Amino acid sequence: MSLGKDLKHVATLEPETIPSTFPKKFPRRDSRLARLGENLRLVWRVLTSNRKVAIGSSIVAFFLLVAIFGPLLAPYDPTATSRLSETPPSAAHWLGTTATGQDIFSQLLYGTRSSVFWGFLTGLLVTLVSVVVGLVSGYLGGIIDEILSLVTNVFLVIPALPLAIVAVGYFPKGPLTIALVIILTNWSFNARLLRAQTLSMRSREFVTAARASGESVWRIIFFEIFPNEIGIVAAAFVSTVIFVLLAWTALEFLGLGDINTVSWGSMLYWAQQSDSIFSGLWWWFAPPGCCIALLGAALALINFGIDEIADPRLRSEISEHVPKELKEKAVT
Amino acid sequence: MRHLLRRILFYLFAAWAAITLNFVIPRLAPGDPAAVLLGNLQSRGIHVGAAYLKAIQAELGYNTGDPLPIQYLDYLNSLLHGNLGVAVTSSFEPVTNVIGRDIFWSLGLGLVSVILSFALGCLLGIVMAWKRGSLLDTILSPLLNFLSAIPYFWMALLILYIFGFELRWFPLTGGYDELNVDPGWTLDFIASVIYHGILPALTIVIASVAGWMLTMRNSMITTLSEDYVLMAKAKGLRTSRIMFAYAARNAILPNVAGFAISLGFIVGGQLLTEMVFSYPGIGYSLLQAVQNQDYSLMQGIFLVVALGVLGANFLAELSYAFLDPRVRLERSA
Repeated sequence: MSLGKDLKHVATLEPETIPSTFPKKFPRRDSRLARLGENLRLVWRVLTSNRKVAIGSSIVAFFLLVAIFGPLLAPYDPTATSRLSETPPSAAHWLGTTATGQDIFSQLLYGTRSSVFWGFLTGLLVTLVSVVVGLVSGYLGGIIDEILSLVTNVFLVIPALPLAIVAVGYFPKGPLTIALVIILTNWSFNARLLRAQTLSMRSREFVTAARASGESVWRIIFFEIFPNEIGIVAAAFVSTVIFVLLAWTALEFLGLGDINTVSWGSMLYWAQQSDSIFSGLWWWFAPPGCCIALLGAALALINFGIDEIADPRLRSEISEHVPKELKEKAVT
Repeated sequence: MRHLLRRILFYLFAAWAAITLNFVIPRLAPGDPAAVLLGNLQSRGIHVGAAYLKAIQAELGYNTGDPLPIQYLDYLNSLLHGNLGVAVTSSFEPVTNVIGRDIFWSLGLGLVSVILSFALGCLLGIVMAWKRGSLLDTILSPLLNFLSAIPYFWMALLILYIFGFELRWFPLTGGYDELNVDPGWTLDFIASVIYHGILPALTIVIASVAGWMLTMRNSMITTLSEDYVLMAKAKGLRTSRIMFAYAARNAILPNVAGFAISLGFIVGGQLLTEMVFSYPGIGYSLLQAVQNQDYSLMQGIFLVVALGVLGANFLAELSYAFLDPRVRLERSA
């Protein structure tokens, strides 16, 4: 849970420092295209300016590519059984076969699609709930804030996984159930983070100006304040995806997901059900866990890198390619 | 004092919320848990009559004839009397008995692991911040970062495979050697318990240490740039004294404050770890409950875990208020 602790620094990336670096280069008439270009260049700079972010996002990009194209490359049907059971990795079966002779490499390729897709989608939905609760609670204040904060804090202290297990146990098995339950049990952490951020933004001048010009409350929250928190929201999304991946595979490992679809979690479920450990079938249970750990570590790396960009004190190597304007900022 | 009262009220409210969630979730779900239970029993060759179905429904609190508020009061009443229903998986034993038997194993394992990982994490964080940029810092940071992204149960599988199956250094399952040792306060039994507990504890420590360590490192780095640390250095104090009595003492606060959230996560991980090691704690019972759709046991375990975590959080907050006087004076976070 330490991943999100220092995220508040991320907000310092926006909005004052960034737009001032680019705008004059582009002609005024296609300003929307220009802004898109700006944003893309900004994203590219963030990705390449810090080694941790660069490594992390390369690994994430790799998994996204595997999720999209992997099943096309799979040499076998992931669910097709054969008589070649429990064979160790070989030229024909790169990662060996399961107890029923299914090709593990093909399963891994298909499983990556399912796990990455549901992991990112659920992560997005969890973040969405956090954003709405955090911003509304922080901006409106008063009794609504009291109630929303109370609910947030309660969900923060109730252990998420046991609650998720109980909730999933009662509902029909399937990805939708797991997604809903994970949303229910994981939104609170970032909601609290964003509430604190919104509280500090509420009295800024641009919000006061928007209020004075008669903008509606919803417009102020989602079109004035939200864009200024996009950095912290992005970081929150990244750490949320890690927790979603872990929770998702844990629930599937317990057999609470749809055990007939191929995913990292269901692969581990079947490996455990067939006592793969006690038959020494390491090639069955090792690959899915490696993928989860690698993807999770890559996402965590991105966040650590962002922390370092925002707060140069945290860097382990003192002088590396810090973006120029941030270096100046750090000096002052 | 006012702060303490607020916190007590909050935790009472959170406990009520957990209890009520436990009541609401089954009733939101489609289908009839009693019918599922019945089918489950019949598939195991146990014949159940219509009268018995009614009894089970009553036991689960699904007297569907009653309006919801009455059901809710019944539920609260039976909770007050310590009645959590019966566990179908262990031949209709009361759930409280099952949990009472398992809880000591889980508490023992959890306490030892959490204390070890907290102490180790803080210590490593202190050293890494002190020697920032050193070999230790540059190697350990990414390594632990990788470890913290590994699912607990997979870490457990891996450790069990390497140290239990391949090397045969440690036993594969159980909490003690059931064939050769009788439970009791004998040296043999205690030694056997420790021997069986090493791998599960190792799993939990490895999987949770990174969180403490990284928070400690970052907080320590911030603290090290404070003037009073510079002053301590200027006075020529011993390094260990500056590290621990000046810097670490203040830098540890975020870790104590973050205890609440981390603990919930670690407890979840511990449940999974117990499942993999067939450790006789509540996690293993939870697995059996999940696999056999034993709803009363599932809910009882959730309730006990939730209330336990809430209690531990409350204690952590008390110690935080004790450590940091500012908290006692300000409005609670």
